[in-house]
Amino acid sequence: MTEMPIIEPQKCNGCGLCVTVCSNNALAVVNNIITIIETVECDWCTDCELVCTTGAIRCPFEIILQES
Amino acid sequence: MQLEYLKNILYFSGVSLVELESISKIIFEKTADRGEMVLLEGEPADNLYFVASGVVKVFKTSVEGKEQILSIVRPGESFNDVSIFDGEPNPVSAQAMGPVLLYGIKKNEMEAIVQNHPQIAINVIKVLVERVRHLLSLVEDLSFKHVIGRVAKILVEHVGGEISRGRRLTQQEMAAMAGTAREVVGRSLKELEESGAIKLDRHRIIITDKEALQKIIEVSS
Repeated sequence: MTEMPIIEPQKCNGCGLCVTVCSNNALAVVNNIITIIETVECDWCTDCELVCTTGAIRCPFEIILQES
Repeated sequence: MQLEYLKNILYFSGVSLVELESISKIIFEKTADRGEMVLLEGEPADNLYFVASGVVKVFKTSVEGKEQILSIVRPGESFNDVSIFDGEPNPVSAQAMGPVLLYGIKKNEMEAIVQNHPQIAINVIKVLVERVRHLLSLVEDLSFKHVIGRVAKILVEHVGGEISRGRRLTQQEMAAMAGTAREVVGRSLKELEESGAIKLDRHRIIITDKEALQKIIEVSS
Protein backbone atom coordinates (compact mmCIF):
# COMPACT_ATOMS: atom_id res chain seq x y z
CA MET A 1 0.00 0.00 0.00
CA THR A 2 1.25 3.50 -0.79
CA GLU A 3 2.57 5.38 2.18
CA MET A 4 0.43 8.40 3.00
CA PRO A 5 0.70 11.29 5.49
CA ILE A 6 -0.67 10.59 8.96
CA ILE A 7 -3.67 12.54 10.20
CA GLU A 8 -4.62 13.07 13.82
CA PRO A 9 -8.31 14.01 13.48
CA GLN A 10 -8.59 15.30 17.04
CA LYS A 11 -6.00 17.99 16.26
CA CYS A 12 -7.58 19.05 12.94
CA ASN A 13 -9.47 22.36 13.00
CA GLY A 14 -10.80 21.89 9.46
CA CYS A 15 -9.11 25.04 8.12
CA GLY A 16 -8.36 23.23 4.84
CA LEU A 17 -4.98 24.90 4.19
CA CYS A 18 -3.40 21.49 3.57
CA VAL A 19 -6.03 20.80 0.90
CA THR A 20 -5.20 24.04 -0.92
CA VAL A 21 -1.45 23.32 -1.04
CA CYS A 22 -1.67 19.64 -2.04
CA SER A 23 -0.67 19.50 -5.70
CA ASN A 24 -1.87 15.89 -6.01
CA ASN A 25 -5.35 16.51 -4.62
CA ALA A 26 -4.71 13.74 -2.10
CA LEU A 27 -6.54 15.54 0.71
CA ALA A 28 -10.13 16.58 1.28
CA VAL A 29 -12.15 18.08 4.12
CA VAL A 30 -14.89 15.63 5.08
CA ASN A 31 -17.20 16.59 7.94
CA ASN A 32 -14.82 19.41 8.84
CA ILE A 33 -11.88 17.01 9.26
CA ILE A 34 -9.01 16.40 6.87
CA THR A 35 -9.15 13.06 5.16
CA ILE A 36 -6.66 11.29 2.94
CA ILE A 37 -7.82 10.17 -0.48
CA GLU A 38 -5.86 6.95 -0.60
CA THR A 39 -6.38 6.32 -4.29
CA VAL A 40 -4.20 9.32 -5.08
CA GLU A 41 -0.43 9.10 -5.08
CA CYS A 42 1.25 11.42 -2.58
CA ASP A 43 4.71 12.62 -3.62
CA TRP A 44 5.70 13.48 -0.02
CA CYS A 45 6.41 17.15 -0.67
CA THR A 46 5.42 17.71 3.02
CA ASP A 47 3.79 21.05 2.19
CA CYS A 48 0.60 19.93 4.01
CA GLU A 49 2.61 19.40 7.19
CA LEU A 50 4.43 22.72 6.66
CA VAL A 51 1.24 24.80 6.49
CA CYS A 52 -0.68 23.00 9.27
CA THR A 53 -0.76 25.16 12.39
CA THR A 54 -2.13 22.46 14.70
CA GLY A 55 0.18 19.55 13.92
CA ALA A 56 -2.75 17.47 12.70
CA ILE A 57 -0.95 16.15 9.64
CA ARG A 58 2.45 14.51 9.70
CA CYS A 59 4.77 13.30 6.96
CA PRO A 60 7.38 11.22 8.77
CA PHE A 61 10.51 9.99 7.06
CA GLU A 62 11.92 6.53 7.55
CA ILE A 63 15.69 6.77 7.88
CA ILE A 64 17.52 3.85 6.36
CA LEU A 65 21.10 2.95 5.57
CA GLN A 66 21.87 2.02 2.00
CA GLU A 67 23.41 -1.42 1.72
CA SER A 68 26.92 -1.11 0.33
CA MET B 1 -13.95 42.85 0.69
CA GLN B 2 -15.29 41.60 3.99
CA LEU B 3 -15.14 43.96 6.94
CA GLU B 4 -15.09 40.94 9.22
CA TYR B 5 -11.77 39.93 7.64
CA LEU B 6 -10.22 43.39 8.14
CA LYS B 7 -11.43 43.54 11.74
CA ASN B 8 -9.57 40.36 12.60
CA ILE B 9 -6.14 41.22 11.25
CA LEU B 10 -3.47 42.85 13.35
CA TYR B 11 -2.97 45.78 10.94
CA PHE B 12 -6.48 47.04 11.57
CA SER B 13 -6.99 45.96 15.16
CA GLY B 14 -8.81 48.61 17.22
CA VAL B 15 -9.95 50.57 14.16
CA SER B 16 -13.61 51.65 14.01
CA LEU B 17 -16.03 50.09 11.55
CA VAL B 18 -16.50 53.44 9.80
CA GLU B 19 -12.77 53.75 9.23
CA LEU B 20 -12.55 50.13 8.11
CA GLU B 21 -15.31 50.74 5.59
CA SER B 22 -13.37 53.59 4.03
CA ILE B 23 -10.17 51.50 4.00
CA SER B 24 -11.97 48.54 2.43
CA LYS B 25 -12.82 50.70 -0.60
CA ILE B 26 -9.17 51.07 -1.59
CA ILE B 27 -8.30 47.41 -1.12
CA PHE B 28 -8.08 45.38 -4.31
CA GLU B 29 -8.27 41.64 -4.84
CA LYS B 30 -5.63 39.56 -6.54
CA THR B 31 -5.66 35.84 -7.22
CA ALA B 32 -2.76 33.54 -7.96
CA ASP B 33 -2.55 29.89 -8.91
CA ARG B 34 -0.32 27.22 -7.46
CA GLY B 35 3.33 28.03 -8.06
CA GLU B 36 2.66 31.54 -9.33
CA MET B 37 5.13 34.17 -8.18
CA VAL B 38 3.39 37.02 -6.39
CA LEU B 39 6.59 38.96 -5.64
CA LEU B 40 10.02 38.74 -7.18
CA GLU B 41 13.13 39.57 -5.18
CA GLY B 42 14.74 42.77 -6.49
CA GLU B 43 11.62 44.03 -8.25
CA PRO B 44 10.02 47.34 -7.20
CA ALA B 45 7.62 46.93 -4.30
CA ASP B 46 4.23 48.41 -5.08
CA ASN B 47 1.74 46.73 -2.80
CA LEU B 48 1.16 45.36 0.66
CA TYR B 49 -0.68 42.04 0.60
CA PHE B 50 -2.91 40.20 3.04
CA VAL B 51 -3.73 36.54 2.48
CA ALA B 52 -7.51 36.04 2.40
CA SER B 53 -7.38 32.34 1.49
CA GLY B 54 -4.66 29.85 0.65
CA VAL B 55 -0.99 29.97 1.64
CA VAL B 56 1.97 31.99 0.35
CA LYS B 57 5.61 31.04 0.77
CA VAL B 58 8.06 33.91 1.32
CA PHE B 59 11.67 33.05 0.56
CA LYS B 60 15.08 34.20 -0.63
CA THR B 61 17.15 32.48 -3.28
CA SER B 62 20.94 32.39 -3.28
CA VAL B 63 23.01 32.91 -6.43
CA GLU B 64 23.47 29.11 -6.55
CA GLY B 65 19.69 28.75 -6.61
CA LYS B 66 19.32 27.54 -3.03
CA GLU B 67 16.06 28.54 -1.44
CA GLN B 68 15.60 29.57 2.18
CA ILE B 69 12.00 29.86 3.31
CA LEU B 70 11.58 32.88 5.56
CA SER B 71 7.92 32.53 6.36
CA ILE B 72 4.71 30.74 5.50
CA VAL B 73 1.93 33.30 5.22
CA ARG B 74 -1.54 32.05 6.10
CA PRO B 75 -4.99 33.67 5.98
CA GLY B 76 -5.11 36.86 8.06
CA GLU B 77 -1.38 37.47 7.73
CA SER B 78 0.47 39.96 5.53
CA PHE B 79 3.63 40.08 3.47
CA ASN B 80 5.78 42.69 1.73
CA ASP B 81 5.45 44.87 4.83
CA VAL B 82 9.03 46.09 4.83
CA SER B 83 9.58 47.31 1.29
CA ILE B 84 6.32 49.20 0.97
CA PHE B 85 7.44 51.42 3.83
CA ASP B 86 11.09 51.94 2.92
CA GLY B 87 10.55 52.21 -0.84
CA GLU B 88 13.36 49.78 -1.61
CA PRO B 89 12.89 46.81 -3.98
CA ASN B 90 11.37 43.56 -2.68
CA PRO B 91 13.95 41.90 -0.44
CA VAL B 92 12.21 38.54 -0.90
CA SER B 93 10.17 36.52 -3.36
CA ALA B 94 6.68 35.22 -2.64
CA GLN B 95 4.99 32.27 -4.30
CA ALA B 96 1.47 30.86 -4.04
CA MET B 97 1.57 27.33 -2.58
CA GLY B 98 -1.88 26.64 -4.00
CA PRO B 99 -4.72 28.81 -5.29
CA VAL B 100 -4.69 32.01 -3.24
CA LEU B 101 -6.84 35.08 -2.84
CA LEU B 102 -4.99 38.18 -1.73
CA TYR B 103 -6.14 41.60 -0.63
CA GLY B 104 -3.73 44.33 -1.66
CA ILE B 105 -3.16 47.97 -0.77
CA LYS B 106 -1.02 50.20 -2.95
CA LYS B 107 2.11 51.61 -1.35
CA ASN B 108 1.08 55.29 -1.54
CA GLU B 109 -2.38 54.51 -0.16
CA MET B 110 -0.95 52.58 2.76
CA GLU B 111 1.31 55.53 3.56
CA ALA B 112 -1.74 57.82 3.63
CA ILE B 113 -3.63 55.38 5.86
CA VAL B 114 -0.76 55.25 8.33
CA GLN B 115 -0.47 59.05 8.39
CA ASN B 116 -4.17 59.46 9.11
CA HIS B 117 -4.69 56.63 11.60
CA PRO B 118 -2.34 56.59 14.60
CA GLN B 119 -3.79 53.25 15.76
CA ILE B 120 -2.82 51.65 12.45
CA ALA B 121 0.66 53.17 12.72
CA ILE B 122 1.03 51.45 16.11
CA ASN B 123 -0.30 48.19 14.64
CA VAL B 124 2.23 48.41 11.80
CA ILE B 125 5.01 48.78 14.36
CA LYS B 126 3.74 45.63 16.12
CA VAL B 127 3.69 43.69 12.83
CA LEU B 128 7.22 44.84 11.97
CA VAL B 129 8.46 43.99 15.47
CA GLU B 130 7.12 40.46 14.99
CA ARG B 131 8.99 40.26 11.68
CA VAL B 132 12.23 41.43 13.29
CA ARG B 133 11.91 38.86 16.08
CA HIS B 134 11.16 36.05 13.64
CA LEU B 135 14.04 36.99 11.35
CA LEU B 136 16.45 37.37 14.30
CA SER B 137 15.58 33.85 15.32
CA LEU B 138 16.29 32.61 11.79
CA VAL B 139 19.57 34.54 11.68
CA GLU B 140 20.59 32.86 14.91
CA ASP B 141 19.74 29.43 13.51
CA LEU B 142 21.52 30.00 10.22
CA SER B 143 24.60 31.80 11.55
CA PHE B 144 25.46 30.40 14.94
CA LYS B 145 24.02 26.91 15.11
CA HIS B 146 25.60 24.21 13.06
CA VAL B 147 22.21 22.93 12.07
CA ILE B 148 23.43 20.76 9.20
CA GLY B 149 25.66 18.83 11.61
CA ARG B 150 22.83 18.43 14.10
CA VAL B 151 20.49 17.15 11.42
CA ALA B 152 23.19 14.73 10.23
CA LYS B 153 23.58 13.50 13.82
CA ILE B 154 19.84 12.99 14.17
CA LEU B 155 19.80 10.91 10.99
CA VAL B 156 22.68 8.71 12.19
CA GLU B 157 21.05 8.25 15.60
CA HIS B 158 17.68 7.29 14.17
CA VAL B 159 18.66 5.05 11.30
CA GLY B 160 16.83 1.74 11.20
CA GLY B 161 18.65 -1.58 11.31
CA GLU B 162 18.09 -4.67 9.22
CA ILE B 163 15.61 -6.06 11.73
CA SER B 164 14.27 -3.04 13.59
CA ARG B 165 12.84 -0.12 11.71
CA GLY B 166 14.23 3.20 12.82
CA ARG B 167 11.93 5.72 14.41
CA ARG B 168 10.16 7.69 11.72
CA LEU B 169 10.70 11.41 12.06
CA THR B 170 8.96 14.41 10.59
CA GLN B 171 10.91 17.54 9.64
CA GLN B 172 9.11 19.28 12.51
CA GLU B 173 10.40 16.67 14.96
CA MET B 174 13.93 16.96 13.56
CA ALA B 175 13.68 20.74 13.97
CA ALA B 176 12.65 20.36 17.61
CA MET B 177 15.54 17.93 18.21
CA ALA B 178 18.05 20.23 16.48
CA GLY B 179 16.69 23.31 18.26
CA THR B 180 15.89 25.08 15.04
CA ALA B 181 13.05 26.01 12.71
CA ARG B 182 11.48 23.50 10.34
CA GLU B 183 12.44 25.71 7.39
CA VAL B 184 16.10 25.34 8.32
CA VAL B 185 15.81 21.53 8.53
CA GLY B 186 14.34 21.42 5.02
CA ARG B 187 17.31 23.31 3.68
CA SER B 188 19.79 21.16 5.67
CA LEU B 189 18.31 17.97 4.20
CA LYS B 190 18.65 19.42 0.71
CA GLU B 191 22.28 20.36 1.40
CA LEU B 192 23.01 16.88 2.74
CA GLU B 193 21.47 15.42 -0.39
CA GLU B 194 23.57 17.71 -2.60
CA SER B 195 26.69 16.61 -0.72
CA GLY B 196 25.89 13.00 -1.61
CA ALA B 197 25.59 11.86 2.01
CA ILE B 198 21.88 11.12 1.80
CA LYS B 199 19.18 10.61 -0.78
CA LEU B 200 15.59 11.71 -0.33
CA ASP B 201 13.30 9.10 -1.77
CA ARG B 202 9.70 10.06 -1.10
CA HIS B 203 9.08 9.11 2.54
CA ARG B 204 12.57 7.67 2.98
CA ILE B 205 15.85 9.32 3.84
CA ILE B 206 18.51 6.94 2.60
CA ILE B 207 21.95 7.37 4.10
CA THR B 208 24.10 6.71 1.04
CA ASP B 209 27.47 7.71 2.54
CA LYS B 210 27.64 7.25 6.30
CA GLU B 211 31.30 8.31 6.43
CA ALA B 212 30.51 11.61 4.73
CA LEU B 213 27.69 12.13 7.21
CA GLN B 214 30.06 11.43 10.13
CA LYS B 215 32.56 13.96 8.73
CA ILE B 216 29.85 16.62 8.54
CA ILE B 217 28.97 15.88 12.19
CA GLU B 218 32.64 16.17 13.24
CA VAL B 219 33.22 19.42 11.33
CA SER B 220 30.09 20.97 12.80
CA SER B 221 30.68 19.99 16.42
